[in-house]
Amino acid sequence: MKNTTLLELWNVSKFFPGVVANDNVNLKLHHGEILALLGENGAGKSTLVKMIYGVNKPDQGAILWNQQEVDIHSPNQARAMGIGMVFQHFSVFETLTVLENIELGLDKHFVKGLTDLRQTVVDISEKYELHVEPERYVHSLSIGERQRLEILRCLIQNVKLLILDEPTSVLTPQEVSGLFRVLKRLASEGCSILFISHKLKEVTDLCDRAVILRGGSVSGECIPSQQTPNSIARMMVGQDAQLSASYPKSLNSNVRLETIDLSLAPSHPFGCGLKQVDLQLNVGEIIGIAGVAGNGQEDLLAALSGEDTRAPDHSMQFNGKAIGKLDAGERRRLGMAYVPADRLGQGAVPEMSLSENTLLTNTDKLVKYGFVLSNKLEQLTNKIIKTNTVKCRNRFSQAKSLSGGNLQKFIIGREVEQSPQVLICAHPTWGVDIGAASAIHRQLIELRNSGTAIVVISEDIDELFMICDRIAALYEGNLSKAVATDSTNIEEIGKWIAGGFIHHKEQQHA
Amino acid sequence: MLSVQPRIESSKKMAWFSPIIAIVLTMLVSSLMFLALGVSPTKAFEVFILQPVSDTYNIGELMVKAGPLLLCATGLALCYRANIWNIGAEGQLLVGAVASSAVAIQATQNSGFGVLLLALAAGIVAGMLWAAIPTFLYRLFHTNIILSTIMLNYIGLYTLLWAVHGPLADPDGFGFPESIIFADSVLLPLLSDNGRATISIVVAVGLALLSGLALYKTLPGFKLRVYGEDQAAARYAGFNSGKIVWGVMLFAGALAGFAGASEVIGPIGQLIPSVSPGYGYAAIIVAYLGRLNPIGIILSSLFMGSLYMGSDLAQIELGLPTAITGLFQGILLFFLLACDYLIFYQIKVVPRETEKRRQETLLQMKRDANDMNEVTSEDTKAQQGAL
Repeated sequence: MKNTTLLELWNVSKFFPGVVANDNVNLKLHHGEILALLGENGAGKSTLVKMIYGVNKPDQGAILWNQQEVDIHSPNQARAMGIGMVFQHFSVFETLTVLENIELGLDKHFVKGLTDLRQTVVDISEKYELHVEPERYVHSLSIGERQRLEILRCLIQNVKLLILDEPTSVLTPQEVSGLFRVLKRLASEGCSILFISHKLKEVTDLCDRAVILRGGSVSGECIPSQQTPNSIARMMVGQDAQLSASYPKSLNSNVRLETIDLSLAPSHPFGCGLKQVDLQLNVGEIIGIAGVAGNGQEDLLAALSGEDTRAPDHSMQFNGKAIGKLDAGERRRLGMAYVPADRLGQGAVPEMSLSENTLLTNTDKLVKYGFVLSNKLEQLTNKIIKTNTVKCRNRFSQAKSLSGGNLQKFIIGREVEQSPQVLICAHPTWGVDIGAASAIHRQLIELRNSGTAIVVISEDIDELFMICDRIAALYEGNLSKAVATDSTNIEEIGKWIAGGFIHHKEQQHA
Repeated sequence: MLSVQPRIESSKKMAWFSPIIAIVLTMLVSSLMFLALGVSPTKAFEVFILQPVSDTYNIGELMVKAGPLLLCATGLALCYRANIWNIGAEGQLLVGAVASSAVAIQATQNSGFGVLLLALAAGIVAGMLWAAIPTFLYRLFHTNIILSTIMLNYIGLYTLLWAVHGPLADPDGFGFPESIIFADSVLLPLLSDNGRATISIVVAVGLALLSGLALYKTLPGFKLRVYGEDQAAARYAGFNSGKIVWGVMLFAGALAGFAGASEVIGPIGQLIPSVSPGYGYAAIIVAYLGRLNPIGIILSSLFMGSLYMGSDLAQIELGLPTAITGLFQGILLFFLLACDYLIFYQIKVVPRETEKRRQETLLQMKRDANDMNEVTSEDTKAQQGAL
């Protein structure tokens, strides 16, 4: 079975204004094979699978399905052919039930042909151990459950090819192994799987074969089980880039910023708020907050940065001074810098130039008698662009014209440049290519060594283990105690991310 | 083949070309309108565009029309820059006129300069108070500022009508809805003997220039623009939203109130029901035509002023109805909004795609991409060297 091809791409290319997203990509996928599509952000993985799923049309080349050339015009057609896709961002309606969501996504004729949709859902859910209950409302589901709902949605239509776009980035390690069981079972039944990822370890665990994309074209192919993560990484980034190494850990006990019993009501109906969070940021230490998205990260960031000033004044202290009621500007004046979760639209104003975006968090230094000191602003902007190798036309480039990774380099550079006493850093390398990511890591370590207290909130647990001195987990607004990274391991933190620490914490409180 | 593509960066050039294209398109469409009305378009444009600047008297009248437009539009532009949809300049102007008149009717021939200043101050404060109502409601209850300011325009209009029929009416006026004619001592100084334009136009231009300076060169202006573009970024930077919203709303109210005051104690010289031929609404178009840039608004208010004058002249010379002005404004705003699309998108002529052309573009793009990569690897090397 594994030797017949299901899908074949012949010299497929796709262009967007100013970029070659895919350049003569050739790819073969056999029946029942799990193929990894590896590559950095911007390597063209998503564009490629979107063409297979009918979202985009290739500018050049051909797609063969069961040895026949096909033109896939729309996702509807792709689904009818037996191609299912689970996107990174789920397209589910939170106010509807699981069953209603499934029904909405199906073709009308298909639903008519089924005798009992509910029973079908239950059957499939049992068969693959998806544990999806048809009557539950989607807003009450965890991210992992939502993903299983999306997979079930694909399975119900006799899927022959299942495409998953970075499915594990939102899951806890335990959920990941559950997902892998389901995928392996599917593959054993003859379903082919195209698995997009940039996490090398997962690929080694799961996939039969890996195709590596770099800069839009295929840069290599390998059997992951015969490679080391390092050798695959080289294929992804090329020989030149410098990869992150491990960094020496450093522990300290001088508290610079702390939250004391900080509780906040959710800021929106589906948020989860914060529950009695005690967090200490020590001088010269990086503390990492692990957790799956939607467990209170936004609330914690807003409370720490001062975007949200609902917290009682004394519940947050900076060098012993109560700062709960200070807004973000006042906290910045004290020496707190902040790299926010949203680069474009929070960390930078999309329509404004890099100069103006430099001014955004440097208003104290660069304004005299109310007037902006344009010379100094120019110098500082150029310095940030240069020292961080931000790729842009010049300092007048609009923030929205920069790629995500470049903008992140700019924002981190801008914040680090202030030599802050505290740096709050959200998802520092999310969507940033490996080369730039290791540059950012080195920058954070350097800042730590100069005595800054840093908190990094990230969903990437590997990253946290690499750069953080201490690590804690956030689950439904509860924060675990912080432990030295050296004295824990990914498995333990993985359990904590899923709420495993709650029990301990309650006992301690009692 | 034409294809519409989003621009990677918004076009600054297009931001200024867009109003010009809009004006040209408006002229084309209104030519059809004039033909339908049996008037030669060339004659009509002569009346609308050339006559307003043909002699010193007409230029003076043009300034009389442009002055209040400029004042209102400057205030509105700052509001719109801050993403606050204040439609209330008309109401603020009208209550400014009423308050100013309430002071002005007290003046006698011998009143000093102080009364004139008091009349102006009354107008300004009234305009600010009128703007404070929707701001307060917005800050406290999140009411929609568009709706509350529009509603206050009507309340302002009826306040004016009540005042000219009641407390401020001329006691010897045989019940006509108008106040006494104000004493000369309370009237604003004229710019020239030949005409009605007062120094308020100079003040208006000065304020527009200052607003432009503040908007682009100072911290409050920067905060305002950030807040308007992106509230999340303003919160991130720690800019106080209350100060920004109150600041621009009160400033806009003050300018509109000043415009109202300087109408009644200026060219009009008394309080009448028709203080404003819709200046507060036309100022919205003026603000956009001037690209929400106070300097650009100086030009666009002159343009809109000439439309107002032109419609007066067209009524006299061509027998056209004054509704023409409204039509002009509507068509202009329509085209302006349509043309602004070009700031963010470009329309490209794409030659029909053939296999050969496709190969050529492919090659070109590869070359570009390679150039980029070379730059990158040099950067990386430089960086490594530095480390």
